[in-house]
Amino acid sequence: MNARYLPLTATVAIFLAAYLVCVLQYPNMLSTRVIGNLLTDNAFLGIAAVGMTFVILSGGIDLSIGAVIAFTGVFLAVLLQATDIHPLAAFALALLVTTAFGALMGAIIHHLDMPPFIVTLAGMFLARGMAFVLSIDSIPVRHPFYATLKGLYYKLPGGGRITLIGGLMLVVFAAGILIAHRTRFGANVYALGGGAATAELMGVPIGRTTVAIYALSGFLAGLSGIVFSLYTSAGYSLAAVGVELDAIAAVVIGGTLLTGGSGFVAGTLVGILIQGLIQTYITFDGSLSSWWTKILIGLLLFIFILLQKGLIHVTERRRRHA
Amino acid sequence: MSATLKAYARRLFPQVAALAVILLMVSLAFPGFFKLEIQNGRLYGSLIDILNRGAPVALLAIGMTVVIATKGIDLSVGAVMAICGAVAAACITSGYGLAATLAITLGTGVLCGLWNGLLVAVLDIQPIIATLVLMVAGRGIAQLVTEGAILTFNDPGLIFIGSGSFLGLPMPVVIWLVFGLAVALVVRRTALGMLIEALGVNRRAAMLSGVSTGVLLIAAYMLSGLCAAIAGIIAAADIRGADANNAGLWLELDAILAVVVGGTSLLGGRFSIAASLIGALIIQAINTGILLSGFPPEFNLIIKAAIIVLILVIQSPRAQSAFVWFSRPRATAAGKAGEEAK
Repeated sequence: MNARYLPLTATVAIFLAAYLVCVLQYPNMLSTRVIGNLLTDNAFLGIAAVGMTFVILSGGIDLSIGAVIAFTGVFLAVLLQATDIHPLAAFALALLVTTAFGALMGAIIHHLDMPPFIVTLAGMFLARGMAFVLSIDSIPVRHPFYATLKGLYYKLPGGGRITLIGGLMLVVFAAGILIAHRTRFGANVYALGGGAATAELMGVPIGRTTVAIYALSGFLAGLSGIVFSLYTSAGYSLAAVGVELDAIAAVVIGGTLLTGGSGFVAGTLVGILIQGLIQTYITFDGSLSSWWTKILIGLLLFIFILLQKGLIHVTERRRRHA
Repeated sequence: MSATLKAYARRLFPQVAALAVILLMVSLAFPGFFKLEIQNGRLYGSLIDILNRGAPVALLAIGMTVVIATKGIDLSVGAVMAICGAVAAACITSGYGLAATLAITLGTGVLCGLWNGLLVAVLDIQPIIATLVLMVAGRGIAQLVTEGAILTFNDPGLIFIGSGSFLGLPMPVVIWLVFGLAVALVVRRTALGMLIEALGVNRRAAMLSGVSTGVLLIAAYMLSGLCAAIAGIIAAADIRGADANNAGLWLELDAILAVVVGGTSLLGGRFSIAASLIGALIIQAINTGILLSGFPPEFNLIIKAAIIVLILVIQSPRAQSAFVWFSRPRATAAGKAGEEAK
């Protein structure tokens, strides 16, 4: 088997093993209801994590997504409260703003030659600040269209529901996989992550790709904000704090190298599901405290980093012998 | 000696100038800004307040500067602050003396640093991920120590560290000034600083020329852990309790920002602890200034982001080279003059 697939295989194996442990202890966790909820509850995180996967594949990082999600939520809530605009138009407007915001960060990173870490950190302050300026209160969304959207679901056998937002996450993942592996842009992202200088020599348009990557991340963070707004039916400027960390953790657990150039969008989905599973298990157990989630995710991160290190070590040795 | 002093002044000039401009702008909006007064043998005033409130970030920035100089980054300092605050509160409430509490807490911080250092130096993991592990898990560990509650304490010795005063200055200010000076002296009066810079510029080359890079790397992260522990004690002593959820939250970002504003490159190499400390003061001056000048607090983050972007754009390599380009005619004239002289 190709060594490239090993981290992904390990992630899937750990997810299945963890799920088996959960099911042995609580047989109810096998129900489609739990699976449906797993998708719904992690939809906003998953959509944002797809954008993060592209950014990390290119060797960058985007710290602004949590703030952009909060901004989008507040933006939608304020817009729907103050005007008669249809939610769909508001969604389009929000996506436009966040995509432009991402593109701007990409442009600064490329043209001013600044580290993505610092640029997106400033972006995080800016987006969170814009959310504060719009409103410091939690604003409820009472538009009937929201209720309609929330009422849409596909009923699974066994009573589980794939809600609109849960389904949307799966669609976004499918689209992400297609973009990463079947388009020129996807190939450019991988090339950029392998090394900017080599990529440039191969004819990859560095500037355009960098701007497009961060614009995509901004777009998906905006979409994630819309999903979060549907999920909570409110906009609050202090919401979604630290989502960028969860997304980064999911990407790493999903087997993507943080140095860029190697990894899979599909792995991120499994990474999200593993995090969701830990949370579900803690809810089922009832006696475990919520902070165990953080400790377990930290531990998983550590295991996966070790695994990747070992893997790189083995492949390099094999290459040396060959 | 005067040449090194001149070089020092040139290095620190942009940061000092930025700080002065910000302080002047605040004093325009808030006239009583520079006023200092002594009450009960202690200095009071907005300037002292900036020094005092900036203590945690300043302390973190000291360790962060050394770590960034080795081409690393330490994302875990905020979480380590939470852990150490929790440990300090747990120790003092369960009856340990002040000295034992401080020793255990500082030891915990150093241990956290050792963990990060081992991951980076021995397992050769990228610093940003290696420290991400502790950043994610750290708050959980801190909550494990406090058992999910906010542990409060009323030991006068521990509280003194957060709100006491020494020679008229608040205790946190004294601590970060003394600690910053001590680290700067140790690093600059020995070869240590140069070795760290060598390691940051090219680890392999440094190793080949006989620098024990592994030990240095681990020491850098341990120093960062120690700084986080002191900052954690100050933060906990200040509110007389350990809040595992909020102590040091996002301070790692402020600390990194302080280092970057201080002009130390994230790519490792040359560093200046003094410049990072001024960077920390710049950030705190912005925070305090926005509050004092009566802007609605909602605008805080936007103004902060705008100022930071401005400072970074001025420092960015592209802007620097544009600067050189604009002053080119003079440079070429000088070059011609040099050639003619030959």
